[in-house]
Amino acid sequence: MPELLLDIEALAFAWPGDSAPVIDGLNLKVERGQRVFLAGASGSGKSTLLALIGGLVTPTAGRIRFAGDDLGALSRARRDRFRADHLGVIFQQFNLLPWLDPVANVLLGCQFSRLRRNRAGNPGSAARELLAAMGLAEDRWIRRADELSVGQQQRVAAARALIGQPDLVLADEPTSALDADRRDDFIDLLFAQAERAGSAVLFVSHDRELATRFDATVELSEINAAGAVA
Amino acid sequence: MTLFSLARGSLANRRASVALTVLTIAISIALLVLVEQMRNQVREGFYRSVSGTDLIVGAPTSSVQLLLFSVFGLGNPTSNVSWARYREIADQPIVAWAIPISLGDAHEGYRVIGTTDAMFEHYRYAGGRELEFRRGSAFADLFDVVVGSRAAERLDYAPGDEIVLAHGGGNVSLHHHDELPFVVSGVLAPTGTPVDQSLYIRLEAHHAIHVGWEQGRPRPDAMLTPEQARARVGAHEHSRADGDDGSENSGDGHDHDHDYDHSPNRVRDDATATPESSLQPDEISAFLLGLKTRAAALGLQYRINQQREEPLLAILPGIALQQLWRITGLAEQILRVVAGLVVLAGLLGMLTALLTTLNERRREMAILRACGARPWQISALLLIEAAFITLAGIVSGLALAYAAQFALAPWLLERFGIAVSFAWPEVWQWLVLGAIALAGVLVALVPAVMVYRRTLADGMQVRQ
Repeated sequence: MPELLLDIEALAFAWPGDSAPVIDGLNLKVERGQRVFLAGASGSGKSTLLALIGGLVTPTAGRIRFAGDDLGALSRARRDRFRADHLGVIFQQFNLLPWLDPVANVLLGCQFSRLRRNRAGNPGSAARELLAAMGLAEDRWIRRADELSVGQQQRVAAARALIGQPDLVLADEPTSALDADRRDDFIDLLFAQAERAGSAVLFVSHDRELATRFDATVELSEINAAGAVA
Repeated sequence: MTLFSLARGSLANRRASVALTVLTIAISIALLVLVEQMRNQVREGFYRSVSGTDLIVGAPTSSVQLLLFSVFGLGNPTSNVSWARYREIADQPIVAWAIPISLGDAHEGYRVIGTTDAMFEHYRYAGGRELEFRRGSAFADLFDVVVGSRAAERLDYAPGDEIVLAHGGGNVSLHHHDELPFVVSGVLAPTGTPVDQSLYIRLEAHHAIHVGWEQGRPRPDAMLTPEQARARVGAHEHSRADGDDGSENSGDGHDHDHDYDHSPNRVRDDATATPESSLQPDEISAFLLGLKTRAAALGLQYRINQQREEPLLAILPGIALQQLWRITGLAEQILRVVAGLVVLAGLLGMLTALLTTLNERRREMAILRACGARPWQISALLLIEAAFITLAGIVSGLALAYAAQFALAPWLLERFGIAVSFAWPEVWQWLVLGAIALAGVLVALVPAVMVYRRTLADGMQVRQ
């Protein structure tokens, strides 16, 4: 029986100042190592959901359990530490600090977490290994990150999300800036490395073509009462 | 450590605007430091010139004016001191030495001062240092001239060179005393005082070149030829050579073994007898006094200043300098305030630069947040950057200030005869600089707090 990694129950959230909740009555479960496709149009509350899972904002109601811990019960500093220790994040684009080279950008992933630094062993060589595994040619490693193509930047971002073997990779539309071929390549590489690291992947996208490649697919509008009302 | 390297990377990424901000602060710091350094250096330089003199005596005027024209070559005397009064005071038993000064001539923009050998024997500067000859020696002939080091350097004069003096203190003079050329007898070693910018001739020579100028314009028929002049003085030299040194009762503490000892009172004796046949001056511009005990200065000053008949002004150079600094103090205060405001403007410039980067850095902050950075760490990045910019500004400002000081040094030396030397900022200046560094970090609290609140309000979303 697979271990439950993320267990969200009856989650509700409204941004301060907004009367209507963005998320209401949301339930979601992710098992360890599982790849979950979360389908949702923009404005359906997916960014808010990721912020909630990342511990950047606290739920108005409901509960988020991560590996058995209740996120809502943690202090803000503990939540920051939780995020650093257990989560890897990939954004749609502009993932990298433009003035750092790819290796330094990957190292950012374990910069704020001793746990992940320890897991990475030698962070520098772990970063280079991941970059090589993500198919980034070695001559790119010493360039500024903003000299890379969008596809290359996304691979660096994936390497950063994966360094130090986090439990969960949150990917927020990471392929929407890529064309179809690169998109498939990216997902192949991401899955391969996530499997190696033992990380679960929560992949948010509006592109339902990709859903078939995942272990599970969840429609955000179906689990989010607030979205249904809107 | 990682925060530092991140801050460094971020600064390096914006190096052009960071460099400009650093430069702004550097200029403001340089101004602040320069004002203080120059103030100290100028004061020290002025004090250096009068530190060996106990009293300066001249015709009644303001203390500061007497001080400035007698020692620093700034301005001119409005009236003179009679020779008789000079001797009267110089002969007092508590007077160790007296240096008469006659002004009014210039050579190539350098002051020509009529004086006696007492100048080279007794004048002290910078805490007791004596004048030294780099080349040649003091006056031998009547028309000998001793040249200050800087003047000699600029005019390329060496002992034996012939020069012509101009009438009036200016650089451009319509009247030259070209009937009476002078010969350089010696060049003084550098002193870092106005002595370096001066030419010294004998009082008698000073008088001689002005014979025939009594109406303020030349009367060629009344002028002396060098031979006539030498003959007049020569007679005295001769009579002195005949006389026994012991008979001379010079009150100015002259060294009577000196070859060129030419104590003015000796000349005066003859001069009073036959004024036309002597080059004894009737008046001098001012004189410097050294007393046997410095403590006697106040008493003598009081007695001189109380004299109702032919009143004179005696000043203590240190006190007169204090008065001068009180006058310039207001200007210094204004300069300080201006410098302080410029520093403030520099810091505000940094604040502006930091605030304008906040929007473009919002993305960076979100990335760092997603990687687990805490809000205070992101705020700390801004503070570290501000601290770096301020420190870099202070360090380059200090460098700039010292560079400017070295650049200004020749001008100060030329214009005021003040030698500026390298001096580290005083403790209180370091404290001010430290306070500015702290202020720089405090100023950066504004964007740091803004970032802190923003990172708390923002989710993980990268907003564009």
